[in-house]
Amino acid sequence: MMARLIEGVPRRALVLLALLLAGLIVAPWLANDYLITTLILILYFAYTGQAWNVMMGFAGQLSLGHAIYVGLGGYASAALFVHFGIAPWLGLIAAVAVAVACGAIIGFLAFRFRVGGVYFAILTIAFAEFARIGFDHLSWVGASSGFFLPVANYSRSDLWNLRGSPTMFYYVILALTVGAFVLCHALLKSRMGHYWQAIREDEVAARSLGINTFRYKMYAVVISAGMTSVAGVFFAFYYNNLFPEQVFSIGRSIELILSPVIGGIGTLFGPIVGAFLLTGLSEAMQNLLSQLGIDVPGAKQVFYGLCLLAVVLAVPEGVWPWLKRGVGLKGEST
Amino acid sequence: MTRKLALNSTPCAITRRRFSAGAGAAGLLLAVAPFGRVRAQGGALKVGVLLPRSGAQAAIGQDCQRAVEIAPGILKDLGLPGIAIMNADTETSVDVARSRAEKLIADGAQLLVGAFDSGASTAIAQVAEQKGVPFVINIAAAPPITEQGYKFVFRNFPTAPMILSDAFANQKELFTTTGMTPKSVVFMHVNDTFGTSMAQSLPGLLPKFNVPYQIVETISYDPTARDLSVEVAKAKASGGEALLMVSRLNDAILITRELVKQRWNPKAVLSMGPGWYEDQYLKTLGKLGDGPLSFVPWYDPNKKLTKQLATAFAKPYPGINLNTNQVFTFEALLIAADAFKRASSSDPKALADAIRTTNITDNVSIGPGIQFDAKGQNDKLKNAAIQNRGGKLITVAPGFASDGKAELPMQPYDKRG
Amino acid sequence: MPAEIYLNVAVSGLLTGLVYGLMALGLSVIFGVVRVVNFAHGEMTTIAMYIAITLFSALRLDPLVMMVPIAAVLFAFGYALQAGIINPFINRPEHSQFILLVAIAIIIVNLLLIVFGPDARSVQTSYAYDSFQIGALIVDATKVYAGVATILVAAALFAFFRFTLIGKAIRACADNYTGALVVGLDVKRLYALTFGLGAACVGAAGAMLVLLVDVTPALGPAYTLLGFIIVITGGLGSMPGALIGGLLIGLTEAMAGLFFAPSAKSMFSFGLLVLVLLFRPQGILGRRVA
Repeated sequence: MMARLIEGVPRRALVLLALLLAGLIVAPWLANDYLITTLILILYFAYTGQAWNVMMGFAGQLSLGHAIYVGLGGYASAALFVHFGIAPWLGLIAAVAVAVACGAIIGFLAFRFRVGGVYFAILTIAFAEFARIGFDHLSWVGASSGFFLPVANYSRSDLWNLRGSPTMFYYVILALTVGAFVLCHALLKSRMGHYWQAIREDEVAARSLGINTFRYKMYAVVISAGMTSVAGVFFAFYYNNLFPEQVFSIGRSIELILSPVIGGIGTLFGPIVGAFLLTGLSEAMQNLLSQLGIDVPGAKQVFYGLCLLAVVLAVPEGVWPWLKRGVGLKGEST
Repeated sequence: MTRKLALNSTPCAITRRRFSAGAGAAGLLLAVAPFGRVRAQGGALKVGVLLPRSGAQAAIGQDCQRAVEIAPGILKDLGLPGIAIMNADTETSVDVARSRAEKLIADGAQLLVGAFDSGASTAIAQVAEQKGVPFVINIAAAPPITEQGYKFVFRNFPTAPMILSDAFANQKELFTTTGMTPKSVVFMHVNDTFGTSMAQSLPGLLPKFNVPYQIVETISYDPTARDLSVEVAKAKASGGEALLMVSRLNDAILITRELVKQRWNPKAVLSMGPGWYEDQYLKTLGKLGDGPLSFVPWYDPNKKLTKQLATAFAKPYPGINLNTNQVFTFEALLIAADAFKRASSSDPKALADAIRTTNITDNVSIGPGIQFDAKGQNDKLKNAAIQNRGGKLITVAPGFASDGKAELPMQPYDKRG
Repeated sequence: MPAEIYLNVAVSGLLTGLVYGLMALGLSVIFGVVRVVNFAHGEMTTIAMYIAITLFSALRLDPLVMMVPIAAVLFAFGYALQAGIINPFINRPEHSQFILLVAIAIIIVNLLLIVFGPDARSVQTSYAYDSFQIGALIVDATKVYAGVATILVAAALFAFFRFTLIGKAIRACADNYTGALVVGLDVKRLYALTFGLGAACVGAAGAMLVLLVDVTPALGPAYTLLGFIIVITGGLGSMPGALIGGLLIGLTEAMAGLFFAPSAKSMFSFGLLVLVLLFRPQGILGRRVA
């Protein structure tokens, strides 16, 4: 199976990939805690970006309310942990189930009623907002005053309950990101992956070939939702608190899609490159401004916005495809 | 837009591009890597201050920042050792708060102060606890923060239940001294972290205090509400005599305007939170802003350090009233400097131990002074009742910390010239 | 609850909804013709509001009077934005447009924060607290004035699109892009013009909103979302639809706030949006897009 996954990928790409992975694995020994925290953030966005990419890049559905799955996953697992003492790895099952159900509902409503393009995007925003306000009133999980997970000892790493040092969380998110990458690669190579690409290119043509577009679009939505909810579980146990305003907000949904869009939609490396670039950019700006002694609140965001604008204008199809040409890699969907 | 012609793919071009891509990546990593590593241990205490200076809570964060600007001068006058402030903006985001906290510690901060917002404070608390760096919370009322068993987190601010308890006590005192007691109130609260914390603590505390009024209606509203006419209409229709409020600044202004426009004159506005006493409120509403009573953590106008702080504050910020944000931010820095002096070392663990035994009686906030219980909470804090009068704030209760008498019932809006 | 409260709330909701409708009108014009999803719509509204406030504090001129100059400034801004930056993105996929406008929104919001500071600003006109009393009905004077102004502006806009040559040309572009090109219309310039017009609507609406609401830099996103809800409910590309959508949303939110928990009243708008998207995606007055 490994061989089948690797076939077709240029040797150069594999080497670079291995180097990157090795670098990431040894990072905690070389880096200080601030860098690890930054890397955790980068990998988190790479993971969620990858999950979102399944829906957008593979099945062509623009979801602007993806934070709903993060929130549902987080709240589900956190509630089970706080109220019933169920470990997050088991709570994950519930989290994924809830998110999948939600994704199924959204997908069903959208596809059955032929809501596409911009309208679908707005529909997803509406659902996310609905969830936000709804959870604001749900006192079983703290409502708008927030849901707090009990924090435990940091010196011991309790992997089962996801209580531990940042290094432990780093390896968890690294494993998740690598897993997502491999999964997406496998999906793309599979028959379903080809159907997805056909649907993305021209849905009518795909249907005329006999592909059940409804079913495969549903699969994309549901897989994407499930994957994203795992990120929600991570989020809940890493930050140890959840506020509907922050978790379901449209700001979060936007953050989530910045990485894959800037990195390159539909590509496997896009979300990862995008995440590194954007978070790196943000932190670099912050550093630069404080080195220059500029302490104006909002200045960093202005520069960040300008850089974002520049990137979108200069490389509209994404940074990774552009980078790929530069590094000399050719390959279909990486 | 014309397409750029793809450059030919000679080996040289690729190598150059690959090089620049690699250099770019390295440059990015270098930029992210922390500059300014920890220097020698001697010298001023490095205090990292985390506040939401942009994003949704920018107004409050920047208000707190004012105290940070003037604190070092006052602390020097008090004979306390110098502190070097490292500012950070949490951007009203939990992720950013956590990153900034890590960065400050990596850059050598020996103590952290912040962060106004409960979510951000929780995230920072975890980082502080992990790293063994003391974290003094200036403002955050959610109870769970000091219930986690942290050893390095200290909060010199009352929790929501504390604010409520004192509010009821002060209300009863005021009703007695002014002779006006409302029989029924409408409880309106904003549906955010603070408002909901207060609303959740309310039912448990009401019977304990034997409050003389009944709550005839509870109305919660969205913090981002653009229009509160419906809420005020509902409140008016409920027949309550007074308004019991937990709100923020913008809603306070909106509600007052609606009270005027819908011609409803409650006998009293009893606010247990921010908004109704803030400069923006007074400036925007002018005469219509007089009268509301706010039950909030506050300064003791009779204490020596308060007068010193007020004077120092008036110089760079004339026309701005001293308020909760600045008082407690200042006190957090006071705690830091005081602990530094007693510990005679900037080692975080020594600092934490010193903070635990803090006993500052010559402070600004109301109460016997700054001390921390086993959970790191200052449970001796008392809250005041203040009333808006002529654009100024008069502390009307508790008796031992007041500088004026309350005026109840509130003058009707349509009779105010 | 006394009966007149329902009437009061309903009237208030309708009037407020009217002004929101004007803001959404700009969005409808832009999307209906240029087919760009303007996710920086709320931020443009915020800019208009800040301009109104600055002019008021400097010149003491009523925002309703300043409506025209503010609309003109926003027109120029919209025109420049479209011609300069957005044009190449018209035929690009939605996600690209989205990120472009998100970037613009981030820049605008934070520039406003730096320039104006985070404190809420407002305009205090002499009639700010007036209200008309008709029997048991108490109507906020400011809302009435704003409502009337909205109707006038909307009427002017309808007339423009109906009776002027340029207006017809713009409608032609919206109806049939290729046909417009064939007939020799300078589509690029017309697009820029349309974006400018949409921005002008936003300018007028912003000048009025400043009488009803206090401005903070972060006000934008809520209005963008509101704009979309209204436009989709009323019908993308239909101008009367935007106003009707505004009225409907204003009324729904007001009544929902009255009957249920006010903090959940937005849920009803979203619920309405979902229903419209599912059962009548072209909106109440929209035409079904092929």
